Amino acid sequence: MLEISDLSKSFAGFRAVAEVSLTVDTRQIAAVIGPNGAGKSTLFNLITGHLQPDSGTVRLDGRDITGAPPYRLCGMGIGRSFQRTNIFPNLTVFENLQAAFLVHRGRGRNFWSLAESFYRDETAGLLASIGLAGQEKTIAGTLSYGNQKQLELGLALASDPQILLLDEPTAGMSAGETHDTIRLLQRIAEERALTLLFTEHDMEVVFGIAQKIAVLHQGRLIAEGVPDEVRNDPEVRRVYLGHGLGHGH
Amino acid sequence: MTTETTAPAAAPIGVAREGNWVRRIPWTLIVFLVLATVPWVGSRYDTFLAEQIAIDALFAVSLNLLLGTTGLVSFGHVAYFGVGAYVCGILMKTYEVPFIFAFPAAGLGTALFALVSGYFCVRLIKLYFAMLTLAFSQIVWAVAYKWNDVTGGDQGLPEIPFPDLDWMSAIPGLGDLRTNDQFYLLALAIIAVSLAILHRLVRSPFGRVLTTIRDNPERAAFIGVNVRAYQLAAFVVAGTFAGFAGALYGIFSRGVFADFVFWSKSAEVMIMAILGGMGYFWGPPVGAAVLVWLSQKITAYTEYWPFMLGTILLVLLFALPGGIVGGLAALWNRIQGRRRA
Ligand SMILES: Nc1ncnc2c1ncn2[C@@H]1O[C@H](COP(=O)(O)OP(=O)(O)OP(=O)(O)O)[C@@H](O)[C@H]1O
Ligand SMILES: [Mg+2]
Repeated sequence: MLEISDLSKSFAGFRAVAEVSLTVDTRQIAAVIGPNGAGKSTLFNLITGHLQPDSGTVRLDGRDITGAPPYRLCGMGIGRSFQRTNIFPNLTVFENLQAAFLVHRGRGRNFWSLAESFYRDETAGLLASIGLAGQEKTIAGTLSYGNQKQLELGLALASDPQILLLDEPTAGMSAGETHDTIRLLQRIAEERALTLLFTEHDMEVVFGIAQKIAVLHQGRLIAEGVPDEVRNDPEVRRVYLGHGLGHGH
Repeated sequence: MTTETTAPAAAPIGVAREGNWVRRIPWTLIVFLVLATVPWVGSRYDTFLAEQIAIDALFAVSLNLLLGTTGLVSFGHVAYFGVGAYVCGILMKTYEVPFIFAFPAAGLGTALFALVSGYFCVRLIKLYFAMLTLAFSQIVWAVAYKWNDVTGGDQGLPEIPFPDLDWMSAIPGLGDLRTNDQFYLLALAIIAVSLAILHRLVRSPFGRVLTTIRDNPERAAFIGVNVRAYQLAAFVVAGTFAGFAGALYGIFSRGVFADFVFWSKSAEVMIMAILGGMGYFWGPPVGAAVLVWLSQKITAYTEYWPFMLGTILLVLLFALPGGIVGGLAALWNRIQGRRRA
């Protein structure tokens, strides 16, 4: 269970995230939505240790993880993907995922064996499950945009996380790619019993898969609840006026 | 930029297979065996040149562990070369410690210095990292230049003795070589072993983690890499091997002087790495060979070596961004592709 309480962050006096409290239950699929600049990415960066909060705490299964560095959080079972695709562009697809296995399983200090021979089966299995089988030898930076997003998901999964934070997993994708990615995410969350927390601008996606939705507006949490509650919340309607909540973008 | 480790994996399977017999030849071993014959088949000058190249090759490969593998641009790598040279030189000359102890001590001393200076350097990023490495190298230079009692100051430490090589004279065939040549063979063997260790390291899981840091430190942290700790580890390893190169260089030059540690030497070794191709393990040694050979040839004809160096760099940056080895690899792939078609 992920518990965020009273998290705040200012940039030079500007309150990007203000006193946000939010709980995500184990195996729940939760979404954070809000207009551009609402503070969604900042909130994610606070949870995952990229930014230090000014105040507030983050707890994972009761344990205080506020401000812990990313490499520690990764070991504690938090995986994430980024709004702007974030992979190892000069390594092959195989090497990308294999590196994640090597690190997660504590082989990074081995300086004497040949890297190539480690975790070949695990890497191949994960490649197949994220739909990149056959692309092992492609240089990651030359993959299509959609494939890079898939690879990034694979990087997060290689560390065997309990909870995945995905910042706009379908940003920039075509309708078809978005559909495939969402199906993939649902399947993987099911198979691996994952907790998911994601941000997304596509309301069809959000209301289609989220069990819980939190709405940020100017850094503040203005609503939180099951999709129907949020859809009918007057303040949310006001913020999203004219955007037709729940009927596509 | 492709790296040495990614290059084979990136080649289409057919190409890799066709190239297999070429790859299976132990080229490295052959190169070292050929180099080992220089004292017999070449002149004294050839041996001198070969030794200079071999030492610079190790120095450049050690830098490339930071530059090409970890993505850390150090402007002060000569500091570690210098510390190695001074520690070994001072121990052998002032305290008459035998080479077999002085040489490892030089590596240890350099490693400690790299650990302390690196601890601070890896806390900074990019240009700030580069500037701090430069600052440390200037401090080493200043100490070397001013600490008369220990380093000999501006006079340096001339007449560093050769190691005791009597054991080598006992080996049939090596007995009638000059001490200079015997030391050349010893240095060559040490350099070969060092390069073999570094080669192995680059292709190990540890080396793979370093390439993730080079490619994307932010993402590396989020697959669980303690980025600073790995950068520091790479820094210490690179410094230690630079120290070994420096220790050999002091004996080879028959003295250790403050201008060994002058900052322009850091630029020179960086040019070697880039000239040869920092995306390839054997790039920097090729760069070292070409640069040492050129500087010898050109200074014999003209005084405009810096001008030539600038021109070489310009051509390189625009015409051969992957360095000499990168260019050759691209050419080789094209020939292979055409043969297949
Ligand atoms: N490092 C930073 N320094 C200064 N201001 C920042 C920084 N990061 C974010 N901000 C500001 O904080 C606010 C929230 O940004 P954030 O990226 O969290 O929004 P978001 O909800 O993710 O928006 P989007 O939907 O466009 O991705 C924005 O006004 C942004 O300009
Ligand atoms: Mg965002």
